[in-house]
Amino acid sequence: MSKAKVATIWLDGCSGCHMSFLDIDERLLELAQHIDLVYSPLVDAKVFPDMVDVALVEGAVASEEDLAKILKVREHSKILVAFGDCAVTANVSGMRNPVGKEACLQHAYVDLATFNPGPPTSVVPKLLDKVRPVHEVVKVDVYVPGCPPSADAIFAVVSELLAGRIPDAAGLTRFGA
Amino acid sequence: MPPLVGVAPGVVTLKINGVDCSARDDQTVLEVAREQNIHIPTLCHLEGLESVGGCRLCLVEIQGMRGLVAACVTKVTEGMEVQTSTPQIEAYRKMIVQMLFTERNHVCSVCVSNGHCELQDLAVEMGITHVEIPYLFPKCELDASHPRFVLDHNRCVLCQRCVRVCDEIEGAHVWDNQGRGIHCRVVTGLDEPWITSDTCTSCGKCVHVCPTGALFEKGRSAGEMAKKAPQLPYLQNIRKGAARG
Ligand code: SF4
Ligand code: SF4
Ligand code: SF4
Ligand code: FES
Repeated sequence: MSKAKVATIWLDGCSGCHMSFLDIDERLLELAQHIDLVYSPLVDAKVFPDMVDVALVEGAVASEEDLAKILKVREHSKILVAFGDCAVTANVSGMRNPVGKEACLQHAYVDLATFNPGPPTSVVPKLLDKVRPVHEVVKVDVYVPGCPPSADAIFAVVSELLAGRIPDAAGLTRFGA
Repeated sequence: MPPLVGVAPGVVTLKINGVDCSARDDQTVLEVAREQNIHIPTLCHLEGLESVGGCRLCLVEIQGMRGLVAACVTKVTEGMEVQTSTPQIEAYRKMIVQMLFTERNHVCSVCVSNGHCELQDLAVEMGITHVEIPYLFPKCELDASHPRFVLDHNRCVLCQRCVRVCDEIEGAHVWDNQGRGIHCRVVTGLDEPWITSDTCTSCGKCVHVCPTGALFEKGRSAGEMAKKAPQLPYLQNIRKGAARG
């Protein structure tokens, strides 16, 4: 049997969901027999492959870079999983929404700056006006809430996907889990 | 002459989900369903407080009635036939819970009530893993002027339990609702900081009946605010007794 091509990406999140993935511990060996991890912060590949079977997306869509990434990932993935609360609800990443982008930049880069006050103009991607959960930007096939989702929930969801089924994470995890 | 046979006065028979039940005619559909161990989800209802029928989660279908009705404020009548769960009811309930999530800012992972929250529990019960309605991300205030308690509008679901417990049980009537629809807010006094209330006794009842992280004790961090619902039916009876003299 050929291995499933799996990608994981990381938008505006804290990497906690990826850490929880690693917490699957020795079961990772079991998964590794069925998975080819083709693109991920955990591997070296620099270019998103032409088509992957499953993409796990951690984080909300908060910057122009996130937006470009998620559009690309959607186009090149058969099944897109919103992985963790930031992807599913915007969560902590979205806490800037009620106060607004400008007020946030002003506070972080001007009010609290000791030198060179002012928001960055290069290198750092430009923020979008609003942070959005992934499904408000592209179609999502599977939702796995949790901050982070537990290793058991992730293992159950990924196992179902590898078995060719679309899992329902209800009952396995919840907002804030 | 009283009828020789028949149903005793004040007693009705009805069907809930096809199950025959008998009940007093002053009972609500919700009360009778609970006696029969038939589950109807609720949020604004709390035993020991007057029901207001605000959240609409307890919607049920009653044969012959137009539209769905709130079980917590609908009295049983003779021959009533109630359905507590249909695909339409389930869809409406899911929609209501999702709207509650989008109307304010619910960031469960950092909320004082994470893991002890009735809104969260409802999402779990209904299998809600994401919210299909766009999030509004409104700007909401927080009142931390009280020495012991905090009101955080980001988490309020407008159930009015705080309003009712303070008025009906504590007799202090610190709380009210202000504004309509999406602009509705619970307020202390005449929309003044909580600390300026002359009537608040700092009893904490509002905090402990609040189903979410909207009211909490100072010093509680994420997930630390488990509520201890006061014995409201007991307190309610004491107040009724006191009123009778
Ligand atoms: S009040 Fe409940 S649903 Fe809202 S953020 Fe807190 S735990 Fe989550
Ligand atoms: S602490 Fe007691 S008196 Fe004060 S507002 Fe809350 S319920 Fe009312
Ligand atoms: S503060 Fe709490 S008890 Fe009061 S209306 Fe809001 S959610 Fe209900
Ligand atoms: S519980 Fe009946 S309307 Fe809220």
